[in-house]
Amino acid sequence: MANTEASFVRTEMVAPQEPPLSERGVVKWVRENLFSGPLNTILTVLALVSLFYLVKLSLPWWLHGVWKANSLGECRQIIADAYGPDATGACWAMIRERWHQFIFGFYPPEMYWRPILSFGLLFVALAPALFFGDRRNNLVILAGVALFLLLSLWALDNDLLHIALIMMMMAGFVALVLIAPRKLLWFTLIYPALAQFLLWGGSVWGPVLTMLGLAVLAVVYVVLQPRFGVVMASAMGFVAACVWWLALQSSVSTALYTLMPIGLEALDSDQFGGFLLAFVIGVSSISAALPIGILLALGRRSDMLLIKTLSVTIIEFVRGVPLITMLFTASLLLQYFLPPRTNFDLILRVVILVTVFSAAYIAEVIRGGLAALPRGQFEAADALGLDYWQAQRLITMPQALKISIPGIVTTFIGLFKDTTLVTFVGLAEPLRGITSIVRADIDWKGIYWEPYIFVGAIFFLCCFSISRYSMYLEHKLKTDHR
Amino acid sequence: MSEAIARKVDTSHMKISDEVAIQITGMNKWYGAFHVLRDINMTVLKGERIVICGPSGSGKSTLIRCVNRLEEHQQGQIVVDGTELTSDLKNIDKVRSEVGMVFQHFNLFPHLTILENCTLAPIWVRKVPKKEAEETAMHFLSKVKIPEQAHKYPGQLSGGQQQRVAIARSLCMKPRIMLFDEPTSALDPEMIKEVLDTMIQLAEEGMTMICVTHEMGFAQAVANRVIFMDQGQIVEQNAPKEFFNNPQSDRTKLFLSQILGH
Ligand SMILES: Nc1ncnc2c1ncn2[C@@H]1O[C@H](COP(=O)(O)OP(=O)(O)OP(=O)(O)O)[C@@H](O)[C@H]1O
Ligand SMILES: [Mg+2]
Repeated sequence: MANTEASFVRTEMVAPQEPPLSERGVVKWVRENLFSGPLNTILTVLALVSLFYLVKLSLPWWLHGVWKANSLGECRQIIADAYGPDATGACWAMIRERWHQFIFGFYPPEMYWRPILSFGLLFVALAPALFFGDRRNNLVILAGVALFLLLSLWALDNDLLHIALIMMMMAGFVALVLIAPRKLLWFTLIYPALAQFLLWGGSVWGPVLTMLGLAVLAVVYVVLQPRFGVVMASAMGFVAACVWWLALQSSVSTALYTLMPIGLEALDSDQFGGFLLAFVIGVSSISAALPIGILLALGRRSDMLLIKTLSVTIIEFVRGVPLITMLFTASLLLQYFLPPRTNFDLILRVVILVTVFSAAYIAEVIRGGLAALPRGQFEAADALGLDYWQAQRLITMPQALKISIPGIVTTFIGLFKDTTLVTFVGLAEPLRGITSIVRADIDWKGIYWEPYIFVGAIFFLCCFSISRYSMYLEHKLKTDHR
Repeated sequence: MSEAIARKVDTSHMKISDEVAIQITGMNKWYGAFHVLRDINMTVLKGERIVICGPSGSGKSTLIRCVNRLEEHQQGQIVVDGTELTSDLKNIDKVRSEVGMVFQHFNLFPHLTILENCTLAPIWVRKVPKKEAEETAMHFLSKVKIPEQAHKYPGQLSGGQQQRVAIARSLCMKPRIMLFDEPTSALDPEMIKEVLDTMIQLAEEGMTMICVTHEMGFAQAVANRVIFMDQGQIVEQNAPKEFFNNPQSDRTKLFLSQILGH
């Protein structure tokens, strides 16, 4: 008996078979996830019942939506006529009539091409930063931007010449990407000034000279860096740039404008509103908050007492005070710190505050990333003779930022949604600002769900895209194969 | 122990000159109130191959980390290749670019490929053109016998391969002195062999080396001097033959009997 069990030779091989029906596909999934035990089964049934009632209650409202009407009353009339007196329904006609206010605020309609062009070019500027030198992705982005510009400018009845010029510019970008994808970063560098010029208009010399201030900073830095080191040289460069911006720029700009009056019609900050405003604040704050956050995080880990104290103070102060408090006191405080009689633009003020606010959060997120790096990484960088800034830039930051991507993106998404808080300083952001303006109209008085759903949907779309992008990035940067 | 060293070591290029590579005089170091290194005096000549051993916590790592200022000493003098280590950052960077270091846990940069790991410091510290740096890197990667892995990431390599890359990375800076801090103690026996082999090859070319290691086979085959440390002090130093066959102090005897077993 024992002998026959101990020796065994297989004479026929077993062919692979499909798993039993209950262990495959949908059936298996349902069994394992929905009905794996009594408690789970009860919960599943309860969830299904509540889902059913939710759909039953809201579905008619969605299905009865009306797109063509001139007022809320007319909407209700149409719904009552079609589905009976007690029927409910969405009145999307409001969106159809007022969408431009939700998007552009009070921007003059004949100038809509300016924000649209800035929005399109934003992606051209972002492409090299978001996708590095990846040629295919950059081309896809450029094609998307070209299509978007073509369609929206066409829909807005712009000049054909105008559209043709813009398309030629896009073709130029495509050529640039094909020849030297990295060169597109130069466009990224000048984009902020370009966007400011397009959005606010006025003399072209203002933004050009502002960029020149950055050039002043760069030159001072390059000249002084070998002698004074990175920190001192950048500080002196910054001071030089500030002197340029605050003391010299406006007179030079005026002089140049009298010589060469090139410019666009100037617009005021209170004409901005809706998603245009949210994007201006969101994008500028996000792009400025990241570098500042990195510096604050490094500062907090620094051995130099002054820098460390300063960073800790800023971070803790900002994290301890609500954003709205800061928005309220902003006008007051900034008036104290700036030279008298500087007329400080409200949007710029808000951008600076939101930037500082999120930089503090970013700094803590990045500090977490830095703390997660093994000490050996810092030591290996030191042992190879890299100096502090090289080690940060080449070794620690790339790794720390990669670890911090989820945290950074969460902060950015929060920031983008927090732009709606600027309603408290009287800016017409899309959620409350524009919605209350629309509701003040006698035609749309009493409309409730539709504007919130519309605005919420756009916010969701933006935030969801950001979060998808961050997943792409995490995947792309995953090199440790652990 | 010595089965890790399978081959005959070629000593023809191992020449010790009378030039001083590292001079440590009256050096003391504290961690807070804890006196880790006590009155260290040590001269390393160019071409010497020194093995430092001693019980855990005796300050071996701390000592060699002081040589490239990963740790700061509080008293005494350390002169490396004619440059004294003070708080002057210029001197520190100069010494660090002349002294290569290999760590127990490799410390490769996981976000860079093997090739990028090797070219990074030459490009940024020595300002070597990228192409030239890559050629040098490939040369040293071939030397440690992994040129075909150049475009992989460190995470895709075995421990032994990673350690050999770490050695190649240091060599790309063309250092005059190499420091090894227990380079094999995180490795399996098979991999220990390949790493020791690389180190022997380096010794055969006349590199000045200080190795903290418990590979006594390596010490016997390659070192010209073995230093035994205990409680932050140099307790005994001697030529390997003398050191192993005829240890003088009781501590050394105890230590040797423990690590050689039986
Ligand atoms: N950063 C530090 N702060 C305080 N004490 C430390 C620090 N680093 C090491 N020590 C202590 O200094 C002593 C010497 O440490 P060191 O790492 O040099 O020992 P070692 O001889 O290399 O030991 P091992 O063989 O375990 O690597 C140990 O007692 C250790 O606890
Ligand atoms: Mg050690």
